Amino acid sequence: MSASMKLPEAVRAELPANVTYAGWAAFWVGVVLVALGYLIDPTRASFENVIGYLLVVSIAVGAIFLLALEYIAGAVWSVPMRRVTEFVAGLTPIVPLAAIPALFHLHDLFHWTHAEAVASDALLTAKEPYLNLPFFTGRFVAFSALWILFYWLFTRHSLKQDTTRDQKYTTYNVRLAAAFLPVFGVTLTFNAIDWGMSLEPHWFSTIYGVYFFSGTVLAAVATVTYIVVRLHEAGMLPNIKRDHLYSLGAMLFAFVNFWAYIAFSQFLLIWYANLPEETFWFLHRWQNGWEYVSILLIILHFAVPYFVLLPQEAKMNPRRLKFMAIWILVAHIVDLYWLVMPTYSKTPVLDWSTFGWPLLVAGLVVSMLSYKMKRHSLVPVGDPKLERGIQFRI
Amino acid sequence: MSISAPLYAITALFDSPDVVLHAAEETAKAGYTKFDVHTPYPVHGMDHAMRLKTSRIGIFAFVFGSLGVLSAVALITWVALHEYPLVIGGKPFWAWPAFVPVSFELTVLLASVLSTVTMIVFYFKFPNNAHPLHDTPYMKAVSSDKFGIAIQANDPKFDEKSVREFLKSVHGSAIGPVAYDVEDLDHGQQLLDGKFLVVLAVVMFVVASGTYFTLNYAMYLPPFDFMMEQNKLKAQKPSELFRDGKGMRPPVEGTIARGFIPYPYHGKADEAGKMLVNPLLATAPVIDRGKAKYVTFCGPCHGNFGAGDSRLRGQFPNPPTLNSDKVRNWSDGSIFHVITDGQNVMPSYASQISRDDRWAIVHYIRVLQRAQNTKEADLR
Repeated sequence: MSASMKLPEAVRAELPANVTYAGWAAFWVGVVLVALGYLIDPTRASFENVIGYLLVVSIAVGAIFLLALEYIAGAVWSVPMRRVTEFVAGLTPIVPLAAIPALFHLHDLFHWTHAEAVASDALLTAKEPYLNLPFFTGRFVAFSALWILFYWLFTRHSLKQDTTRDQKYTTYNVRLAAAFLPVFGVTLTFNAIDWGMSLEPHWFSTIYGVYFFSGTVLAAVATVTYIVVRLHEAGMLPNIKRDHLYSLGAMLFAFVNFWAYIAFSQFLLIWYANLPEETFWFLHRWQNGWEYVSILLIILHFAVPYFVLLPQEAKMNPRRLKFMAIWILVAHIVDLYWLVMPTYSKTPVLDWSTFGWPLLVAGLVVSMLSYKMKRHSLVPVGDPKLERGIQFRI
Repeated sequence: MSISAPLYAITALFDSPDVVLHAAEETAKAGYTKFDVHTPYPVHGMDHAMRLKTSRIGIFAFVFGSLGVLSAVALITWVALHEYPLVIGGKPFWAWPAFVPVSFELTVLLASVLSTVTMIVFYFKFPNNAHPLHDTPYMKAVSSDKFGIAIQANDPKFDEKSVREFLKSVHGSAIGPVAYDVEDLDHGQQLLDGKFLVVLAVVMFVVASGTYFTLNYAMYLPPFDFMMEQNKLKAQKPSELFRDGKGMRPPVEGTIARGFIPYPYHGKADEAGKMLVNPLLATAPVIDRGKAKYVTFCGPCHGNFGAGDSRLRGQFPNPPTLNSDKVRNWSDGSIFHVITDGQNVMPSYASQISRDDRWAIVHYIRVLQRAQNTKEADLR
């Protein structure tokens, strides 16, 4: 490796037209399915909307988290592929839009929005200072605004660096990351509590936020991994080596384990204490067919990725990484389904409307990528850490 | 170093990690297979540059980790189902979620410790610490601020002159030979070497006795014993507070403790049998209470039906049946006395079972005796 290498002014690459079209097609099919769902069964559609919203949140906000992580840790390995993460985080401004249909059906979603139910329920009355509509909406607006603000600042600095090559933008972003990480922790936790946990307002679990966080990071890393491998295979990211792929694979592997650790911690304590006010949540997921979904979730989300990603070679193998990234995204959707849908239905339900949101989100990611790649360099050419990032070896 | 000693390797020094990485790549490319790189700290990408195969230590770790899981599950299963089944928190005996953390810990423990031991024993050939590179200027340099490559003489492509030229071509400096130390050649220490075993035994003794001394004595020396320095009365110790100097106070003369009724027949079985009368009526609640206490305190030895057939039978002098003619002909007072005072191996139960409960048990024993010796009239 030569000590200094010539870096181009900008790396421009565009997705092939058929990929972009496929993205748009998936998006519009998703939109139609979601719209039809709302026409036919608004209650069910709004629950599926919550899954879709949490999916977008986990991919977009998770990607901002990955950006912040790179800056705060001073990581170099992820610099050559950071633009991909930034493009994925480009979904952030769209995140609140994904929740808007559900906001019109809060009465169907949330038991605590029924005043008469709250009045006759000591627990819900006690939780009313937190679980009430004005505060809920306020939190939604504030969280969305904070995410968009941080996304905007991060990418603005990063893009400016492409032309100015000024190191101060890295310094800005390091400080920004220090500010963002606590904000991320709080907003992501309370967002998960608002949209996920409060679907069953009598239940509580202090680890719920961390549980959602583990899925969030996994979804973001999986999305970035898939895109990076595909772009690399198409020759658009020639600087990515197996060492970079290994780092992505190791992240996936680590967070697969982290998810299992957190999921089991939540289960173990509730199982051990055996308190009726906590156990019913798991019992709903262990009855009337939901037990099969629960077991499937363990296999999909932990057992298979664990053994497939365990060998060192597997973490560098592009084909396997690509496959596991999609696998983990599917597992994450099953995870969200498992979190949300038992409140809607006593038995697992699956038909065409369930696929609306995942299709929509997949289409959105591809379209966003295509849109951003047309406008920005695919490599952060101005980043002072880029050269070390390209030369990164494990 | 003697001149006649066989050559081990030709070594070269490099100034920076980049240069040595490049040199390692070139060495591998030139077809050398038996060479090693020495650096003061890990250099990323070296494995790849040297074209090393993936280390097999990962496979060892996987096997040892699996061994950890299996042994943890086997141990807990054996304890929980076979050796000491206990109901804990109303959970089933084989409560697998509770075993997961322990299994996880044991997995990590065995995987890490045994992998390290494997590495030291099989890869480093412990306890053999002889190596031709030891105590050479080359080793001194690469363990402080230089980076080095050593191409071994047993490499199939080895030829001293061409190796020297090659090392020069990749910008190596201080190129020189390293020979085997003749003394070390056949004096490398072996695992079963007597000297090594003696040292091992001494180290084990010192560590074990040091640990024993630390945990059993040193921990109780000042200042670690401050928790024990308490201004309180201890059992069986004199007191300066009371004039008679007794730390343990006897009850005030002529008084008894609340709820305590003195038992005047200690050691006087006949008298107790004659004088004592059951103060309780044999009503259903009393018999139920007697049954509950009987099953708790008496059943484990005498059997739940008083037949002397409990699961403890055979472990010490067999507890007698309570349904024998002898016991059936005893007065209530005699049975009460045995419970209160004990008999033969049986200890006194006066401190565990209250007086009323003892009388209730007597009623229940009568019920058992009647049930085991039914009369014609009972069956009608």
